[in-house]
Amino acid sequence: MIGGILTPFHYEFFRNGLVVATLAGTLCGILGVFVVLRGMSYIGHGLSHAVFGGAAASAVMNVNYFAGAGIWGVASGVIIGRIARRRIIGADAAIGVVTTASFAMGLALLNRYGQAQKSIEAVLFGSVLGVQTIDIVAVAAVTVAVIALVVGLYRSFLFATFDPEVAQVSGVRVALIEALLMAMLSLTILVTMRVIGTLLISALLVIPASVARMLTNSFAKMLWIAPIVGAISAFVGMYLSFHLDTSASATIILVGTLQFIVVYAVAGLRGRARIAGLHSH
Amino acid sequence: MTPGVLVECAHISCAYDSTYAIKDVHFTMHTGDFVGIVGPSGSGKTTLLKSVLGAITPVHGHVTMRPGLRMGYVPQVESVDWNFPVTVLEVMVMTRAANGRIPRITKEERTSALEVLEKLGLSGLHNRHIRELSGGQQQRVFVARALFHRPELLVLDEPTSGVDVRTRHEILHLLADLHEEGVSIMLTTHDLNGLAAHLPRLVCINKEIIADGAPSEVLTSEVLERTYGAPMEVLMHEGMPVVLDHGGTEVARRLGGLS
Repeated sequence: MIGGILTPFHYEFFRNGLVVATLAGTLCGILGVFVVLRGMSYIGHGLSHAVFGGAAASAVMNVNYFAGAGIWGVASGVIIGRIARRRIIGADAAIGVVTTASFAMGLALLNRYGQAQKSIEAVLFGSVLGVQTIDIVAVAAVTVAVIALVVGLYRSFLFATFDPEVAQVSGVRVALIEALLMAMLSLTILVTMRVIGTLLISALLVIPASVARMLTNSFAKMLWIAPIVGAISAFVGMYLSFHLDTSASATIILVGTLQFIVVYAVAGLRGRARIAGLHSH
Repeated sequence: MTPGVLVECAHISCAYDSTYAIKDVHFTMHTGDFVGIVGPSGSGKTTLLKSVLGAITPVHGHVTMRPGLRMGYVPQVESVDWNFPVTVLEVMVMTRAANGRIPRITKEERTSALEVLEKLGLSGLHNRHIRELSGGQQQRVFVARALFHRPELLVLDEPTSGVDVRTRHEILHLLADLHEEGVSIMLTTHDLNGLAAHLPRLVCINKEIIADGAPSEVLTSEVLERTYGAPMEVLMHEGMPVVLDHGGTEVARRLGGLS
């Protein structure tokens, strides 16, 4: 029985995938707090789609994944910013156009030049099989950098998230803080996408933070609770996926969703009211 | 810079997407001033206020601030996300973002914050979530946050917008107390009778400054018609101007509310 419980840990690919997924859950939990409180879930969703285009292009051209997808993601961010600033169309429409175009191009490239179905599925839904040491190093480095930045610039992040206008007047460099947030978000998507996949990564940004919001009225506590919820979802989800023979990313999100449902049920009216007001601003 | 001047907007013009919000506005804020900026929606009140704060750079003219001037800004209550997970104390200390990099609230910060809260009649509310406060308390918390830095100039964007009469009186008394203590105050308002008429100096603006002076000089039918583009009558009541909106009386007559 115990042997069965520990079976997955005998496989190196599983151990690597578990480390990356748990760190990914932690990372997404932290950044998800900002994503959820700023009402910018669509940016996480859009960025992951944009990065998919870069991932596909780098796979087809045989370029390093981190370089190819990273540059593509940053370029998409810049284009979105430019279109939105010129006010030709709204920011949400700009994100929709650029990121879905990038996603479609990635799909077309993989259809035409890639190893067809298998590689597309791996990028869309994630895969623990392809996790290498470089993935562990990358996700660990981004986790350390994000924690250092969020703790070191805690009040600037809090102020710029809660009240950007007054923060600007009070000397906080809001544009820099927002650029840092976007950079952290892009890097997080970049280093976690190979395990979690394009389609489900935004759920890992939204669910743990939403669970945390139902449990507390404190921003600081949300920054503790959300990464714990994210890490538990990833760890348990990865483990269950091995035994159930289901997609790791899907199982991770389902474990997160289960936590959401349980907390929603027990949080009472106050907890639900907190989550109901999340996007009212 | 001329002694006694806190901020000088020298013939400034500000534009959004090549449309001018204000044009050739010359405005000076002196030490001890208590100024209300009035005008219709879209007249450039908030643009002038943000120019004074240094949040907007004019396309023409320039804004000069006294070096080292400490300013506090109270935004419109409507712009605040009341569901955001912060307590009153956290709202107070977040303004120290530039020099307080650590999440933990220090003992000194806590003591200073509690002193300001006590002064504004908010004792014992520091651990409350901001949504749990009444309208007047919420407005005072944001004034308290602005006062946390002991500002010489307090800038408020429509402090009585959307509040009831009692809360408006509370805010007006609070601002009068602060002014007596030496804080210079600049605010924007739509409330001509409830707030503007009580202030020592009023500026009427509609893209450009129409009038600048005491309420008795500024709140005249001619100035208000030029500012709002609608006929308005002004009566004097116990030495204070009271503005009557003719549009309102006309509608009341049509609806049978006036004989």
